Amino acid sequence: MTAYTATVTVRLKHGVLDPEAETTQQALERLGFDLEDLRSADRFEIDVEAADADDAADRAGEMADRLLANPTIHDYDVAVTEQE
Amino acid sequence: MTVAVVRFGGSNCDRDAVRALEHIGVDADIVWHEDGLPADVDGVVLPGGFSYGDYLRAGAMAAHSPIMDEVRDLAENGVPVLGVCNGAQIGCEASMTPGAFTTNASARFQCEHVTVRVERADTPWTAAYDEGDVVTLPIAHGEGRFEIGEDRYDDLVAEDRILFRYCDEDGNVTDDANPNGSRGNVAGILGERDTVAVLMPHPERATLPELGLTDGQGVLTAFA
Repeated sequence: MTAYTATVTVRLKHGVLDPEAETTQQALERLGFDLEDLRSADRFEIDVEAADADDAADRAGEMADRLLANPTIHDYDVAVTEQE
Repeated sequence: MTVAVVRFGGSNCDRDAVRALEHIGVDADIVWHEDGLPADVDGVVLPGGFSYGDYLRAGAMAAHSPIMDEVRDLAENGVPVLGVCNGAQIGCEASMTPGAFTTNASARFQCEHVTVRVERADTPWTAAYDEGDVVTLPIAHGEGRFEIGEDRYDDLVAEDRILFRYCDEDGNVTDDANPNGSRGNVAGILGERDTVAVLMPHPERATLPELGLTDGQGVLTAFA
């Protein structure tokens, strides 16, 4: 078994309104920043012991399906790195 | 008839629900979620509040509490289950009802009275009303925007599962009358069975006459 960190990024599906991101963008613009658009996402870093990177990714994906993401409004992706 | 009002850590409309149910003559008790449901339960209310501090997403944690397996079993056997506000978010997160309730378009917590139109009067929750009736109910939520994919929304409409829509005082469903940006102005929806319903407005806060608004009584009479 090897120690991996699976990073799950959960975003709103394209086209789903993100009022928090809009509010954040407006606040940045009020501070004088120039930006075209802003999207927000949640990131979860999950440490697991797994046989290989695919196993770690599968398990993290299952966690996203069951709890971390809501499939009605979210997409997610999983990236796995071996811990140093 | 004994109705179980399920209390999670952070529920805060549980006692209101019990008082409102008792007012209309329905026996109701608060049940702590870790204790599981009593054997003689004839109805379930998932009350409003901020279960688990709204961590992750409103309702997401409570939806995976073991008691929800029991609630789902009862619902599948035709026992009436009502989710109000945070209870509605829990119902959707638990896939007992379709869609999701997420951040209001205003990005603000909104606490106000709204008017909703009764879309169907042939359900236990709306038998006390006529179709098209305009009902005044309080809302108090930051995550009440009903969201669902366009195809699924069309299915919901085709299946006649929309219970209430936000409307103006004359019953017109308009953008101006939509307090939170909900798709189709949806304020309440049905599960696969008509005996399961979730809604963001609070019928239990519009039941006791001393509170000045009693339009919500009709929803709770489903348990009577």
